Amino acid sequence: MAEVNTRPANPESRRPLSPHLGIYRPMLTMMMSITHRITGVALYLGTLLLAWWLLSAATGAKAFATADWFMASPVGRLILFGFTWSLFHHLLGGLRHFIWDLGRGMEHPEREYLAQATAVGGVVLTVLVWVAAYMVR
Amino acid sequence: MTNSSNSMRTPMGKVRYLGSAKSGTHHAWMMRVTSAALVPLTIAFVWILLGLVGKDYNTVRETLGSPFPAILMLLFVIAGIYHMKLGMQTIIEDYVHGDHAKTWSLFANSFFSYAVGLACIYAILRISFV
Repeated sequence: MAEVNTRPANPESRRPLSPHLGIYRPMLTMMMSITHRITGVALYLGTLLLAWWLLSAATGAKAFATADWFMASPVGRLILFGFTWSLFHHLLGGLRHFIWDLGRGMEHPEREYLAQATAVGGVVLTVLVWVAAYMVR
Repeated sequence: MTNSSNSMRTPMGKVRYLGSAKSGTHHAWMMRVTSAALVPLTIAFVWILLGLVGKDYNTVRETLGSPFPAILMLLFVIAGIYHMKLGMQTIIEDYVHGDHAKTWSLFANSFFSYAVGLACIYAILRISFV
């Protein structure tokens, strides 16, 4: 195969690159794809919090009180709120992937509706759970 | 490829008729399996934790240690950890390009996932049985 010179002297003779993030105007479907990854990473790190809380409950009353204090603190609540949103946003994104796996929802305007449903649904479910949490407390 | 300069056989010729490894779709398939499992398990997880908001130590232990919540939590942790390990692997393969950096990142992903997963499982079992 011929060698491809990626840095030729004449810029106009550069070979075209596959379009990537920087090329496109931001779109909702693109944002949902990006947030699906970001929320995935957030949940990945969030498992540390779950492990800490479970281990504290397994260890004893004093360790549990420390973990409980942190979770109930303003910073802890903010992290848990973010964790809840990440969980629901990622869950709905996953359901969207299942719909795509069935070969549906990829055309316009269905894909836009699905993106909107993911964005709105994630926030709505998060707020509902937190309202419920404050009510049962 | 070892001894490639000493052999007249092409790499393709060496593997032909030996069959595929039949594991090409395993990653994608397990992503679907764990995803499907995690839909009801996530709802169960949120439901269990909602019931524990503001509860004291003994109530939390009693709930987490009873069979139904404990089994659901264990299933959630197992499916979730497997799922997140696969997901992070994809992210590493997409964004980490150096050979060494990629290898070590994949190592770290496995170590982190198994360590956190085992910690959660140990904790739930300890709450249940001790």
